[in-house]
Amino acid sequence: MSFSDYTVGAPVVDKAAPDGPIETRWERRKFGVKLVNPANKRKVKIIVVGTGLAGGAAAATLGEAGYHVTSFCYQDSPRRAHSIAAQGGINAAKNYRNDGDSVYRLFYDTVKGGDFRARESNVHRLAEISRQIIDQCVAQGVPFAREYGGLLDTRSFGGVQVSRTFYARGQTGQQLLLGAYQALERQIHAGTVNMYERHEMLELIMVEGRARGIVARDMVTGEISTHLADAVVLATGGYGNVFYLSTNAKGCNVTANWRAHRKGALFANPCFTQIHPTCIPVSGDHQSKLTLMSESLRNDGRVWVPKRLGDDRAPSQIPEDERDYFLERKYPSFGNLVPRDIASRAAKEVCDEKRGVGPTGLGVYLDFADAIARLGRPAVEAKYGNLFEMYERITGENPYETPMRIFPAVHYTMGGLWVDYDLQSTIPGMFVAGEANFSDHGANRLGASALMQGLSDGYFVLPVTIGDYLASTTLPEVAPDAPEVLEAVGAVNERIDTLLSINGTRTVDSFHRELGHIMWDYCGMERTEEGLRKALELIPELRREFWNNVKVPGTGAELNQSLEKAGRVADFLELGELMCLDALHRAESCGGHFRAESQTEDGEAARDDENFAYAGAWEYTGRGEAPILHKEELNFEYVHPTQRSYK
Amino acid sequence: MKLNLRVWRQNDQVDKGRMVDYTVDDASEDMSFLELIDVLNEKLILAGQDPIAFDHDCREGICGSCSMVIDGQPHGPQKATTVCQLHMRQFNDGDTINVEPWRAGAFPVVKDLVVDRSAFDKIIQAGGYVSVNTGSAPEAHSTPVPKAAADRSFAAANCIGCGACVAACPNGSASLFLGAKLTHLGEMPQGQPERYERVVTMVDTHDAAGFGGCTNTGACATACPKEIPLDVISQLNKDYLAATVGGKRRKG
Repeated sequence: MSFSDYTVGAPVVDKAAPDGPIETRWERRKFGVKLVNPANKRKVKIIVVGTGLAGGAAAATLGEAGYHVTSFCYQDSPRRAHSIAAQGGINAAKNYRNDGDSVYRLFYDTVKGGDFRARESNVHRLAEISRQIIDQCVAQGVPFAREYGGLLDTRSFGGVQVSRTFYARGQTGQQLLLGAYQALERQIHAGTVNMYERHEMLELIMVEGRARGIVARDMVTGEISTHLADAVVLATGGYGNVFYLSTNAKGCNVTANWRAHRKGALFANPCFTQIHPTCIPVSGDHQSKLTLMSESLRNDGRVWVPKRLGDDRAPSQIPEDERDYFLERKYPSFGNLVPRDIASRAAKEVCDEKRGVGPTGLGVYLDFADAIARLGRPAVEAKYGNLFEMYERITGENPYETPMRIFPAVHYTMGGLWVDYDLQSTIPGMFVAGEANFSDHGANRLGASALMQGLSDGYFVLPVTIGDYLASTTLPEVAPDAPEVLEAVGAVNERIDTLLSINGTRTVDSFHRELGHIMWDYCGMERTEEGLRKALELIPELRREFWNNVKVPGTGAELNQSLEKAGRVADFLELGELMCLDALHRAESCGGHFRAESQTEDGEAARDDENFAYAGAWEYTGRGEAPILHKEELNFEYVHPTQRSYK
Repeated sequence: MKLNLRVWRQNDQVDKGRMVDYTVDDASEDMSFLELIDVLNEKLILAGQDPIAFDHDCREGICGSCSMVIDGQPHGPQKATTVCQLHMRQFNDGDTINVEPWRAGAFPVVKDLVVDRSAFDKIIQAGGYVSVNTGSAPEAHSTPVPKAAADRSFAAANCIGCGACVAACPNGSASLFLGAKLTHLGEMPQGQPERYERVVTMVDTHDAAGFGGCTNTGACATACPKEIPLDVISQLNKDYLAATVGGKRRKG
């Protein structure tokens, strides 16, 4: 039986979600959770893997609550987690602008923006908590942008018509992460959190069906250590690096999540990936990553290509009436601010028509000439100065004088480990927060919502819900030499030894790059049955070659960056296959998942609610073995599914 | 482009270390400096040699991981630019380029170009925060912040904690890093209650970690990829003086 002969198993049900009026569900869940007695909290051990917005916020908050927390990150400091790179902002339903915003509108926009593939209860909770997040961050001293009266400034973002995005220049993620990082360091100082930097989680330890710890590798000495706890939180980010080129940091990986998936955690909607429309185009084979230009630029920049095919004049030589401002033309009511999936696909379309710009023809202009004329250069500089400088450093072109060239790139993954309303995975005692879970964004995430979700999960949801599990579960002590622990350590050592012993003829990066090409070509912005079937043949072949022909130099007992990469790419080679299968089975188009076979007459995504109004959660059955699909049916009681229209 | 690289190689903390010569024949001017090292590393691996270890992550100038001294300058020759954003068009065909790790007593070399910067986290632990627990915050608009203060605070909070300031300083001082955090928090009303306690505990921790004293050479601000202004050190000194000699630090 081949991998694509998957079977459908029993539905997966979110038992933690309360019913009743949506406005009070979170309130009632908070009241319903069992509480851990303050005196008992310090006896409870919680492992948090990852120190981005979700993990950093969770570790700090759990530490403040009095739990005994152990935190891990692969970077040399928790401050470097990739949340730091988020540029544009964070949404919150404060309605400071008096422009008609509300919790309900943020909820509505997010469900609609996610193309009706997210759980209503989760999204409503996210919208409620959004307001507390801003209060919390301001209290921490996060230097948000302010107006002359001293109050917080906001701006608008793609997919919505209100101005609810709070920001700190083009470095909002940095400032929010530093807030969480500082809260975390405060707890480290207080002794409630033990921090392990330069440590990578390589295995989950399960005892009697529950998550009870992890196996980690010290990336400096190579030492393999075990860490036991009463609960494990994975806040390990997304898996966009399966595409090799993405806006993720080089170290971002799926290993922690994939190890948990192999041990029984369902992986939901893996094919839901976000392709961000405004990135700097690829310049050559040596390229190691793609750089995002914040979506906020679309507030003032106008996207265009020449009307005429093969028009290779410099942009300044192309007169106004020979330019096609295609987003404004196709989507007059949202214009340049359509959601990311729609903007990306529109850019791909004009490039497919051979109207793309730049040396590769894979690019469109993002032009600020009008904004500079209207607002003056100093105003544009104040808003976007750092982004313009970054663009110039990378491309050698000055965007104040010549339009930026942009092209879509992989940016975020909406899919992730399946969790219930309490953020608990299908492995009892293992919780998943932030981008690592699948919960809130459906098939497409709106701009400035990732930071909101990471902090909501980390500061406000998980610290409450995890208590319910801990208070209602009897957890016997696990001996450090319990068979389950030794087995997990053995598996890690064996895998490292195997990777080091192959000694083939190809580098890890060469495999990663090839996998990335397969994923981008067949599971990227547009997917077809034929292409996905092809990818499902190519990936296992590549994986076989990897395990026979990869060359990893050095030993396991030292700082060995090739070995780190090898383990991650090995897991990407399994994940990629699952993503393609998920994309193949979902024969509809929705959000970031565009199946060429399922489109409307005018080329927009055609959803199929009759057959696909569910989250697809996959169960692992063995490497290359056909997985089992468990469906979580999605019910829309409040926001009724309509064909998303931004025209 | 053809480039000659002289790179610091050091197996571990105890190894003495040495400069080793390499040549890359097929560099392109659109490559970033780290991509140049990637290309070289691929060749070293296939030739059965140990690739060069270096810290890097976001490759967009914000995580603060990358840390190379290029021809004697932390982060290389381009102003306000981290190594990951430094592109080869800043160099000429045939150039010989020296690549070394941060050099400072408080940043021991781990391997090749990788150093241990955990002393920075210890400085933050000593008070680089506002002591506010999750959930206890008042409504955000209850505390207006003058725009000028918010802007100055942001300019200081922009620090990415890379350590270039320490690497550039003849004394190995982290005063710019320290001043940046103190200014970020000290400019905001939220940072006031702990302001004078914070400056003393952070400075003490800085000194205990083995960083040197500041002699106002300004090399730090010149090397800083985020252009943290030198006046954050004046702020640090002013607050320290007020806290100690001025008696503003209140215990307990």
